Amino acid sequence: MARGTVQIVVERCKACGFCVEFCPTKVLELSSAFNSKGYHPPHAVNPDKCSGCDLCGMFCPDFAIYGFRMKEAKAEAAKPEDENSAPEEASSAS
Amino acid sequence: MSTDLIHPGNPVEPFLRTDRMPHIWCPGCGIGTTVNCFSRALIESCMNVNDMAIVSGIGCTGRVAGYVNLDSFHTTHGRAIPFATGLKLANPKRQVVVYSGDGDLFAIGGNHLIHAARRNIDLKVICVNNLIYAMTGGQTGPATPGDVITSTAPYGTFDPAFNLPYLTEAAGAVYVARWTTFHVRQITKTMQEMFSKKGFCFLEIVSPCPTLYQRRNKMGDGLDTMKYYKAMSKVKHGANTKDVPLSRQGEIIVGKFVDIERPNYMELMRNKLHDSLGEQYVETDELTCEEATSCSDCS
Ligand SMILES: Cc1ncc(C[n+]2csc(CCOP(=O)(O)OP(=O)(O)O)c2C)c(N)n1
Ligand code: SF4
Ligand code: SF4
Ligand code: SF4
Repeated sequence: MARGTVQIVVERCKACGFCVEFCPTKVLELSSAFNSKGYHPPHAVNPDKCSGCDLCGMFCPDFAIYGFRMKEAKAEAAKPEDENSAPEEASSAS
Repeated sequence: MSTDLIHPGNPVEPFLRTDRMPHIWCPGCGIGTTVNCFSRALIESCMNVNDMAIVSGIGCTGRVAGYVNLDSFHTTHGRAIPFATGLKLANPKRQVVVYSGDGDLFAIGGNHLIHAARRNIDLKVICVNNLIYAMTGGQTGPATPGDVITSTAPYGTFDPAFNLPYLTEAAGAVYVARWTTFHVRQITKTMQEMFSKKGFCFLEIVSPCPTLYQRRNKMGDGLDTMKYYKAMSKVKHGANTKDVPLSRQGEIIVGKFVDIERPNYMELMRNKLHDSLGEQYVETDELTCEEATSCSDCS
């Protein structure tokens, strides 16, 4: 069971790869989809491994990603699952 | 629609002018990461952000003032420190943070920096050091190390570079630290510590400029630079600042180098006026409530 979850604002991402490289549990990968500026935003390939540590959030120079622990995520859980992070969404946004 | 994708829950957003996003910084530029850490330091500290002011000069880093949702001032090139000094002296209650580039602070603004440090003016100076003048096209700057290709040194630089921690300590800073943009947690903690420390505090953050520095020197992109920082940084708290110069591809000594106490400018002024004027000297409310900005309760 994942202890945390990660939110990605695909339209803000400039695909620097910091979050992908420095996530301690390798949750993320740059997706093959484009955002409307032509960058490949990350998506969660191992969501179960996310601890919600928010290191990705601290590294991001574009304020495009953040993680949070499940307890804090309770309220978020009511929302449709990760509407911002699915790669298909990234492509449909363009 | 892209606006639907802006999730309301990103904790740093209240500290940013999101209406101005996306910002101008290039992909893989470290300046945004430092602002991210700065916002997190504000979240963690129990300081009242309404008592804070940010002052930047000109340059890519100078744009920080325009992206933070605080009282902020984008001043002329090299003049962030004198502007901030005026702000601090006029209203000592304010927590005044100077956030600017290595060229802005140490070339055209170098005089102002050393004198503010000498007087121990209560400023928190954050310098993003990308080793170059970025906004004007990548010329050699005062922190550019030797043997680097820049737009003004196509055969390689040979000017000796400033070692910023050594210079600021010698000028009189009471707190001096250096991290790279890889050290996000340490930057956040250092910023918090600076907010609660009185006097002239200096934090250097070594940061990638993939567009003008790394590319010209065939050093890869921002991510390659972050990996280099990770591999080559050595934490040495209390290191002699003389021993921490930066080189083209060598070791980067990081940590807290200086943390001392000495009277700040306001205290010096008050003591002198008390001595000279005795009973005649009456302090104004603004001076006596100066302590309001620092937060010693939660440290
Ligand atoms: C009085 C004056 N002189 C020169 C300039 C041109 N200028 C703009 S930014 C800059 C250098 C900025 O370098 P740095 O402070 O290192 O910031 P960076 O862009 O690298 O973040 C210069 C010389 C100016 N704007 N005003
Ligand atoms: S919150 Fe932590 S574990 Fe989750 S994706 Fe971000 S860095 Fe990885
Ligand atoms: S750190 Fe931010 S900008 Fe860089 S790839 Fe990750 S989400 Fe995109
Ligand atoms: S030119 Fe360099 S310092 Fe300026 S925004 Fe681009 S990467 Fe950052």
